[in-house]
Amino acid sequence: MSVTRRFVLRAAGALVGGAVALSAFAAHAEDTIKVGILHSLSGTMAISETTLKDVMLMLIDEQNKKGGLLGKKLEPVVVDPASNWPLFAEKARELISKDKVAVVFGCWTSVSRKSVLPVFKELDNILFYPVQYEGEESERNVFYTGAAPNQQAIPAVDYLMSADGGSVKRWVLEGTDYVYPRTTNKILEAYLKSKGVAPEDIMINYTPFGFSDWQTEVTKIKAFGSAGKKTAVVSTINGDANVPFYKELGNQGIKATDIPVVAFSVGEEELAGLDAKPLVGHLAAWNYFQTIDTPENKAEIEKWRAFTKNPKRTFNDPMEAHYIGFNMWVKAVEKAGTTDPDKVIDAMIGVAVPNLTGGIATMMPNHHITKPVYIGEIQSNGLINTVWQTPGTVVAQEWSPYLEGSRDLISDWRHPMNCGNFNVKTGKCGG
Amino acid sequence: MPLARLVAVLFFLCCTTVARADAVDDALAKFFDDKFPRTEQAINELAATGAANAPAILDALGDNRLLIDQADHIIVYKTTGDDLINAKTGEKLDGVDAGAFKKVRINNALRSAIEAAMGALTLANPDPQKRAGAAEAVFETRDASALKALEAQLSHESDPHVAELLRQARAAIVVLDSKTPTADRVAAVATLKARGDQDSQSLIDQVANQSDDPAVKAAALDAKAAIKAHLAWLSVLQNLIYGISAASVLLLAAIGLAITFGVMGVINMAHGEMVMLGAYTTFVVQSALPPSLLQWSLAVALPLAFLVSAIVGVAIERLVIRFLYGRPLETLLATWGVSLILQQAVRSLFGANNRQVSAPNFMSGSFDWAGLQITTGRLWIVALAILVFVALQLALRATPFGLRMRAVTQNRRMAAAMGISTGRIDMLAFALGSGVAGVAGVALSQIDNVSPNLGQGYIIDSFMVVVLGGVGNLWGTLLGATVLGVANKLLEPVIGAVLGKILLLVFIILFIQKRPRGLFALKGRAVEA
Repeated sequence: MSVTRRFVLRAAGALVGGAVALSAFAAHAEDTIKVGILHSLSGTMAISETTLKDVMLMLIDEQNKKGGLLGKKLEPVVVDPASNWPLFAEKARELISKDKVAVVFGCWTSVSRKSVLPVFKELDNILFYPVQYEGEESERNVFYTGAAPNQQAIPAVDYLMSADGGSVKRWVLEGTDYVYPRTTNKILEAYLKSKGVAPEDIMINYTPFGFSDWQTEVTKIKAFGSAGKKTAVVSTINGDANVPFYKELGNQGIKATDIPVVAFSVGEEELAGLDAKPLVGHLAAWNYFQTIDTPENKAEIEKWRAFTKNPKRTFNDPMEAHYIGFNMWVKAVEKAGTTDPDKVIDAMIGVAVPNLTGGIATMMPNHHITKPVYIGEIQSNGLINTVWQTPGTVVAQEWSPYLEGSRDLISDWRHPMNCGNFNVKTGKCGG
Repeated sequence: MPLARLVAVLFFLCCTTVARADAVDDALAKFFDDKFPRTEQAINELAATGAANAPAILDALGDNRLLIDQADHIIVYKTTGDDLINAKTGEKLDGVDAGAFKKVRINNALRSAIEAAMGALTLANPDPQKRAGAAEAVFETRDASALKALEAQLSHESDPHVAELLRQARAAIVVLDSKTPTADRVAAVATLKARGDQDSQSLIDQVANQSDDPAVKAAALDAKAAIKAHLAWLSVLQNLIYGISAASVLLLAAIGLAITFGVMGVINMAHGEMVMLGAYTTFVVQSALPPSLLQWSLAVALPLAFLVSAIVGVAIERLVIRFLYGRPLETLLATWGVSLILQQAVRSLFGANNRQVSAPNFMSGSFDWAGLQITTGRLWIVALAILVFVALQLALRATPFGLRMRAVTQNRRMAAAMGISTGRIDMLAFALGSGVAGVAGVALSQIDNVSPNLGQGYIIDSFMVVVLGGVGNLWGTLLGATVLGVANKLLEPVIGAVLGKILLLVFIILFIQKRPRGLFALKGRAVEA
């Protein structure tokens, strides 16, 4: 219970030492450019978002080894919004106001992006959003490095309609019940009808988040598929619900040669925890596959595996999107000569960097990037092999031409238009 | 003359074999291009030669085991035993590195082509199982070129089951062929009618729509109606089976809660995490066991999962809940906090990704029973649910502990006055309830993702079951789970999974208004509200 003199001395010493360290840190902080990372590290989305945080840390580390940016070191600021949508907005505010970050890389779900949007507008900062999404949005403060529907969903459907894909005539649009599947399916339904598919040949079905008992749903698909016309399932099933879905397909003996399933959110990461034998031949549509054989891709995967010290780590599509987004931001900052968000936003348009699949990604005036589209089939080893790809890169249509109310809109963030939803019919900005 | 004939025969023999070998070589050469259309040609040509090693090559192609070396122009296939066989000569290659070869790429269209080709090629296989598979493949592809092989095999088929399949495959081909005599086609319609599944229905639909032969058309229309009625029946039965399977899962997840919630009135939001711990125990057991014992992993995991969850349950009861008795709101919040802590602890320990728990052989796949699809794994879960239910009933009815527990449930203060240590009973009841949740976790690891969020998906459903069934009564839990499971699965095909769930919730709210104590209300003088 007695407080010795030595203890007091030691405590005082520790305090002084701490203060010195703190001031050194503060002095050091002035020389750095801060990069915010806004990805869930806990909660339901941690499964997908944790790797994105890691890939950002690797990219920042690499840039620092190359000498940083504008003569300064980059400093990552990692926060955990814990899969909680309102918390995303709070953490974004904290990053921008308190930590004074120059740019933020983050979000996965559309809800989280919508939740942080007002914060980025109000505090005028930059968000790089790396995940494929439903489109119908273009904001000045956001750069979308994931795919819009015409860069993923529509080419996948086109492939299935072609002779190579099996000349599919009947469609099941199966999704989890939230905004991305609902909007994507609305676009796909309109697209299929425009291609002459009869309404009775389209079945749209939604299930709740985390759905696990797929018996009835799969039976329904089987019954729908036995009408004598080639049938395919377009799956916008989210995350965890995919595993029991594919297991049930296997259980009921539905092979890819009978009814192929094309998925927009199943990648090598998800397949790593699954016996892939019953899934052989089912399809995935992405803008990147780990198996794509280019020198850039090989080098990046090697770096990633060395960085995580795990020789089996997979690299996926949103990670490539962050790779592209980060390199674009670096280039734009160098072009603008400053990290001031306003100037960087203007400098971003037209910036072009190589992607990992041997092409070039260009930031377009609609704040979306050009991307190649790959359709792959799942192999028995759980990897995905490309069976079809677009000849070049595709420009994003953030406003779908297949939806009422959105087909007249365009976005162009260059002067003098400077508008995310310009209506070409009324000639006014604002939808 | 005989000599001339001999020469002719010899000539014929040698040159046809040469021609055939050439055809095989030509077909094989097409694989080197590794382009989908060329590969398809190669498959069809190879099948047409009927070469003895064609099935093995096509099988390897379908499995991604057909390898090419474009530089040295060698084509080989890997057997399931990892031997490399030269496809041209059939010789085994020793000391060759498989890494030097490239896989021949295939896609779904090619897989279909392989299936069709294999159907025709393996119809005469000595293994009845293979023949049955081939007949099914022909039935599905309706490959008219297989008709000759089909009829040849049918004429001397010894296995009655295979013969039936062969007849059905033949019927599927001839029924659409307008050149076949009417009587034959009508007979084919009858064969398909007897088969009576969805595939035959779609085939007969096609016949009914296309056929210009009135007799065939009439038979098809008649068969169509019969199959439709039969399938409608089957689908109701099938949904009932799905309902029972869903009910067994609900029962397993909820029955532990029925004990903790029923006996102690504790709203334990961490119940789902007890289930999750059981599932992770299964994962740990599977990674620790040598592969030879993997068949028994679930049997080992069951008692261990019970123990792990029971111990964690006791810890929660002693450290948290004990201090909050009689304060339901605080208990709810505290256990909610505990559930978040447990989730994040597991996430830090095992990582956020799903863990793979494999199914032992006897629990995977499904079988067909009178036209009904039954998944083996789900059947075992139904059996486990019944077993757990019976064991718990026995524990509550036939043991002194059960007697005391029921006494505490009915009247806590009176039980205490009679000398029962209610605190100890609370602890043991909590251990039992949590342990049973762990057992449920072992079952759920087979059908759901083993992830930190596993428990969250079941907690609401479990509470619904317990509240509907009546607090503190296992029969009520059984009935509640059955009603919810079956109603859910009967509603799902009609109005969809999302709306079905909403309707059930509305139903439960209305039901609780009418009967606040659930289906089976406990009759006691002082059952605490």
